[in-house]
Amino acid sequence: MNSVGEIGGASFASVPFPTPGSRSGAKRIASRLPVFSYAGGRHADPVPDAAALAVRSLRASHPGMEHPALDGVSLRIPSGTRVALVGPNGSGKSTLLKAVVGLLRPESGSILVHGNPVGACHHRVAYLPQRGEIDWRFPINVRKLVMTGRYVHLGWLKRPGREDHELVHDILARLGIEDLSSRQIGQLSGGQQQRALLARSLAQGSDLLLLDEPLAAVDAETREKISAVIRELWESGKTIVTATHDLESLSSDFDAAFYLREGREAAPEAEAFTGIPLR
Amino acid sequence: MSWLTGPLQYSFMQTGAVAAVLIGATCAILGVYVVLRGMAFMGDALSHTVLPGLVAAYLLGVNLLGGAIVAGVATALGVGWLSRRQSLREDTAIGITFTGMFALGVLLMSTVSSFRDFTHMLFGNILGVTSGDLIAISILAALVLLCLFLFHKELELTSFDPTHAEVVGLRADRVRYGLLILLALTVVVGIQAVGVVLISALLITPAATASLLTKSLPRMMLLSAAFASASGLAGLYASYYLNVSSGAAIVLSCTALFIAVSILGSLPTPKATG
Repeated sequence: MNSVGEIGGASFASVPFPTPGSRSGAKRIASRLPVFSYAGGRHADPVPDAAALAVRSLRASHPGMEHPALDGVSLRIPSGTRVALVGPNGSGKSTLLKAVVGLLRPESGSILVHGNPVGACHHRVAYLPQRGEIDWRFPINVRKLVMTGRYVHLGWLKRPGREDHELVHDILARLGIEDLSSRQIGQLSGGQQQRALLARSLAQGSDLLLLDEPLAAVDAETREKISAVIRELWESGKTIVTATHDLESLSSDFDAAFYLREGREAAPEAEAFTGIPLR
Repeated sequence: MSWLTGPLQYSFMQTGAVAAVLIGATCAILGVYVVLRGMAFMGDALSHTVLPGLVAAYLLGVNLLGGAIVAGVATALGVGWLSRRQSLREDTAIGITFTGMFALGVLLMSTVSSFRDFTHMLFGNILGVTSGDLIAISILAALVLLCLFLFHKELELTSFDPTHAEVVGLRADRVRYGLLILLALTVVVGIQAVGVVLISALLITPAATASLLTKSLPRMMLLSAAFASASGLAGLYASYYLNVSSGAAIVLSCTALFIAVSILGSLPTPKATG
């Protein structure tokens, strides 16, 4: 069961679409988008041969901040690769991920996910936030939390079906938290919470996964489990972009590294790992 | 048991009992979201701001519920709009709107010579619910409960993880507007029982009591509804037998339940065997 992504029903059928990166094409898609794009059936198909993620001259700011959090960042991540975003705190790693999933509106520049503008293909992008973004006291159990990963396929009014429940069950087992599935989410350890969040990202069945510090402050067992699952995802053809502090595992766990400093691309130090070019 | 069944031979008691249960359940189930999302102040504000709507409708001789709905929905949208740009904190926006609207209501009331007509708006009167009121209450309650049922998935997700909601294209702010409108309708429903001033107790106290007892959202809603309905009936009987204000009696029943559950919960639990 390494093909979680196909459950969503999205196939890579070749739809006649504008060439990758064509700006007019991107605009045309955007104008067709419904105001409420929360619904499985209305997502745009991927552009054949487009990069999993193409960011060009991106500039973005947090509301109320004077300096832009990202200033002129460009990178192109080929489908099926593992890319590390490296940089100190405040360098713009999280901001870049947030802009890609549409949590932050860019001031200028463009972002294309599988050739489509942000928001055209939500189910193809899964985002693992830092743990602090969630109200862990909320009365909901682990199974339900993971099930929210399926909502993007369900949309309004539809309730999870048998396949959804089976999928969630399998994913919980895969991350070793199936016996915690009826626990309220606040009663998990930090590492277990992180695994539950990754489980939700898997449930989404996305082709592009954006992970914000997935191994920050977790126990050894969780670290091992998460690393193994990320490797499996990569082997099944997913694209994985990880914001990380950990410089030691770069060359073993990633195909490429992108360095950020103060919102701009930074030149890596002489012997630093860079991997395949991200241009 | 005749003290319990006896009064029910009167039609006003039957109507009152049905209204108490309906109002209690609706307020309490929506109230779970109010409590979990930290919207208690918003609930209190919304209830006060329907007053000018009620009074204006009374003065114009049009349907009171209609006036209240217009005022409530206008407040819900107004506060959302005021605090949208983040230059004004939401609680500040609520404070401004709520006091302004309530003052407008008081001003309008003072233009009428017989102030007494408005005491049932301020403090509720469950014994005065007519069968026409009951139909309106039933329709509104059914509408609110149906919306809560249909959009449970979205309300739940935007409550505990608005970030994920936005990522999958579900606009958390619009869901919030929807919830505020439901809250406005619920307040209007509840005014008949406890009045403008005390309605937020019916939203908050039973839900808070239930939240002490369970960590499951559906169970929390059921318990909350049960507590509020029971309090509604207790208030109705207290009002019948003791001739006290029904709204105050209902709210005090809710408060008593909350205190009882808190005390029971803080007692040292007996050691589990095995």
